[in-house]
Amino acid sequence: MSLIEVKDAGKTFARDEGTFTAFEHIDLSIERGEFICLLGPSGCGKSTLLNAMAGFDLVTSGSIEIDGKEVCEPSDRYVTIFQNYGLLPWRSVQKNVELGLEQKGLSKAERAARAAQYIELVGLTAHKDVHPRQLSGGMQQRVAIARALAVDPEILFMDEPFGALDAITRMKLQDDILRISREQQKTIIFVTHDIEEAVYLADRIVILTPNPGRLKCICEVPLHGYRDRTSGDFLRVRDKIFELFHMKAENRIEYFI
Amino acid sequence: MKKTILKARYAVISFIVLIALWQLLYTVSDFNEALFPSPFKALRALIELAADGTLFRHIGTSLYRFAAGYCSAVVSAVLLGLVLGWFSKAFRFVDPIVQLLRPISPTAWMPFIVLWFGIGDVPAIVIIFIAGFFPVLLTTVAAVANIDPIYLKVSRSFGIRQPQLMWKVIFPAAFPQIASGIHLALGTSWIFLVAGEMVGAQSGVGYLIIDARNDLRTDILLADIVVIGLIGLILDTLLKMAEKRILRAWGGAA
Repeated sequence: MSLIEVKDAGKTFARDEGTFTAFEHIDLSIERGEFICLLGPSGCGKSTLLNAMAGFDLVTSGSIEIDGKEVCEPSDRYVTIFQNYGLLPWRSVQKNVELGLEQKGLSKAERAARAAQYIELVGLTAHKDVHPRQLSGGMQQRVAIARALAVDPEILFMDEPFGALDAITRMKLQDDILRISREQQKTIIFVTHDIEEAVYLADRIVILTPNPGRLKCICEVPLHGYRDRTSGDFLRVRDKIFELFHMKAENRIEYFI
Repeated sequence: MKKTILKARYAVISFIVLIALWQLLYTVSDFNEALFPSPFKALRALIELAADGTLFRHIGTSLYRFAAGYCSAVVSAVLLGLVLGWFSKAFRFVDPIVQLLRPISPTAWMPFIVLWFGIGDVPAIVIIFIAGFFPVLLTTVAAVANIDPIYLKVSRSFGIRQPQLMWKVIFPAAFPQIASGIHLALGTSWIFLVAGEMVGAQSGVGYLIIDARNDLRTDILLADIVVIGLIGLILDTLLKMAEKRILRAWGGAA
């Protein structure tokens, strides 16, 4: 059985002037260890779908099951990483990473050791005693990643985590998250509206269309192992996705002989 | 350090100008000296009060009352505000009562307070409490309501529940805004300390005003007013420093 089973899921919000459907009729199965990107333009309900899977905002029709159990609340078995990091500004990097561990009944020393281990993993050991405000956006998101990994979750939900970063930092963090997903063998569900990001990261890309959010197709990315942003395979997959969004310029060259 | 000296320079210059204006006004006006004392006379009265220790006794009493009233107001208003801010539905019932009580000047309760608690420390403490309580309560409730929802989402994600959620996340997240309420309440409370002591006490800097008036000692009156202002200024500066230090320790914008 798949790790995550989404069956005919839909989400409707009550509004003053009636109802608003964020997404509907979504079916999706995700296997353990997969890296899935939810890709689509804004308004396609991809973040809402992620929130529903993470247990923040439950579906109003259909069902979402993780490990055969209906999702009804957030749990530290599946942690969410947000675009604006969600670090607690009054805590140092070390204490931020310890946050999730404080609920686990570990001793102080164990907590500190485990936090240090994950801070090391994201390469911030030198900054463990500073406050988040003193770090760049990319470093802050690394802290959030370390904090999420420290509780050893099975699934990482990532809601446009690199959306606020500059292009170069974004690419570095993409490499990091790929490396981490392999080393730590996590299942990752990653929301993005950046086609290249999705192609670079995902094993499968779930493409959604807006108004209301519907599943357009699920696209396998046959780029196992090492990924190269300039390789022909990479560009081919990217082109295919561009076509799916009808964004490729048509060939209108006229021929003269 | 250099900055403090620079800031102090501005304060010194403005005080000198103020005293000069006072002296000027005294020189050009033809008020009776008993009605409008000169700065020099007020200073002499101040020295007289300080020399026999009366001034410091009164200041000590006032500061004790202030500390008791203000601290209990801050602690109880913050605690209640955190709870009401979290249970926002309950606050909808409490809010009308608060809005009804808030515009009533604390001194309006004075007759009751004196009837119930007699003359002494308690009336002033109660007045200060009322004066400080509402601003802190309302800013705390608003601060809790304004917390960035992402903190709550992160907490849910890691399974942090009440009561830990309150002291680990909600209170520190709301603290910068709560601190501004605490700061605001300091000034209000100090203002009402004087009012409280003018009616319900036989000691303190507020009572000293009444005492000086009864003796027709306008020089003492004015000296006392200056002292009240200076203590207010010092308390405000101390709180500002403490606030800054806490915010910096918590990684906030200093």
